[in-house]
Amino acid sequence: MTLNEVQDRIIEDFSIFEDWMDKYQQLIELGKDLPPIDDKKRTESYLIKGCQSKVWLDAELENGKILFSADSDAIITKGIVALLIQVLNQRTPKEIIDADLYFIDKIGLKENLSPTRSNGLVAMVKQMKLYAIAYQAKENR
Amino acid sequence: MPLITNNEQRTTNNLDITRIRQDFPILNQTLYGKPLAYFDNGATTQKPQVVLDTITHFYNSINANIHRGVHKLSEESTKAYEEARETVRSFINAKNTNEVIFTSGATASINMVAFSFGETFVHEGDEVIVSEMEHHSNIVPWQMLCERKKAKLIVLPFDDNGELIIDKLDELITSKTRILAVTHVSNSLGTVNPIKEIIKRAHKYNVPVLIDGAQGVKHGIVDVQDLDADFYAIAGHKIYGPTGIGVLYGKEKLLNAMVPWQGGGDMISTVSFEKTVYNELPFKFEAGTANYIGAAGLSSAIKYYKSVGIEAATAYEMELLNYATSKLLSIDGLRIIGNAQHKAPIVSFLVDNIHPYDTGMILDKMGIAVRTGNHCTQPVIDHFGIDGTVRASLAFYNTFEEIDRLIDGVKKIKEMFG
Repeated sequence: MTLNEVQDRIIEDFSIFEDWMDKYQQLIELGKDLPPIDDKKRTESYLIKGCQSKVWLDAELENGKILFSADSDAIITKGIVALLIQVLNQRTPKEIIDADLYFIDKIGLKENLSPTRSNGLVAMVKQMKLYAIAYQAKENR
Repeated sequence: MPLITNNEQRTTNNLDITRIRQDFPILNQTLYGKPLAYFDNGATTQKPQVVLDTITHFYNSINANIHRGVHKLSEESTKAYEEARETVRSFINAKNTNEVIFTSGATASINMVAFSFGETFVHEGDEVIVSEMEHHSNIVPWQMLCERKKAKLIVLPFDDNGELIIDKLDELITSKTRILAVTHVSNSLGTVNPIKEIIKRAHKYNVPVLIDGAQGVKHGIVDVQDLDADFYAIAGHKIYGPTGIGVLYGKEKLLNAMVPWQGGGDMISTVSFEKTVYNELPFKFEAGTANYIGAAGLSSAIKYYKSVGIEAATAYEMELLNYATSKLLSIDGLRIIGNAQHKAPIVSFLVDNIHPYDTGMILDKMGIAVRTGNHCTQPVIDHFGIDGTVRASLAFYNTFEEIDRLIDGVKKIKEMFG
């Protein structure tokens, strides 16, 4: 599946939820299902600071594709992190840099990614793209 | 929404809450299809229609800059501003209107003292005492002063119930102590501090006391003369008034001795390039165009609060607090952070291991507005070794039914995250 196909699938999955509660219940389940990040990475150097919930993120390059691992201490944040990973994992740096993450808006979670929300998610997307830029620069050297 | 209909502890102290709620247009709305339950009064309170009308009327019919013009509107504007000062004076029972300085808020009031008192009375090696439960607004200005003057910041601790250990004061106050700054009511724990006793103890050593009254002034009668407070800081928007207006009460003798904070128009008597003579109190501390419309709005809010009845409102708020506390505690796995004997209607809690942010997000979707996080009191959160709390802060326009919705919401969240 292409990156946008994954986004479209998520949008379809969420379209069945009419109620806010069901949407958040789904995010909670996704958050619970995302494997926790390696304890060694649950440290300051992998931490993306939001005012209220913390997000830890790492990225590795394997065969030209980026593998993300991430975690959060708040489950809803972790659920959104899980969605971001579904979309951006195993993609080339270029795909990630060029990605337009429209699914966030389409599933009604835009507020969570607005800079005024202090949950670290905006910084997380930025950091994911920065990893991609860094790995691309490394590849082109 | 099912309502719990038992009548335990449900008295309204003769307040007609239904009518009172009609005074606050914002309360009559739905969010995500649910009626709004506003429990973030610690952050800011809603405004009654009469305050909104005062502001609109002022802009529509009176607006002119104060203290300067000879024309009719300027005269009326000035009159309204000075009447507002008198309303505040009488509200906190200050001796003189000279002791009531309008600021932009409680933060500005504290910064003004930290600067002006600091420049005048604090020197290298001196000490300033703050408590462990202060809002960042009553920590950082003092830290900045201490940095500037090479003075030392001393911390008065609180115990695990959230009560200040005031017996430590005798130990902490030394001959180098220049001022003690402490909050009337903790915004994150709800503790009402025994400020009269604290002031008495500090005065025994001739140490002046600043009281951060941001949360204190709206839950009961404040009498600065009875308290013998040297400074008392007030935020207008937390007491049903507009944002951007606050008050610093200060004893005339201290204010007269202090250098001004900001320079500009209105705070001077004469200006030449050789020497400027400062104006008298309170104008010495009110540089620039004052927020006179904000002051009129605050005055209107105070009059409204008085018309509701300060004592009746406070008693009703305590009923709400007791009801919320006992209902919350009946939920398995819920703990309340801040269990002082004497509390204002502020209740901070955590449910199981659910992150406060998660709890707050779901409550929001139920139309229930609470605050989550550290509430600008990081040392308090660190004291308990937690990441933050969920805080419901109540006002007299809240209802028992709204608290029932909060309780139902928390129970539902427990199921969702369980």
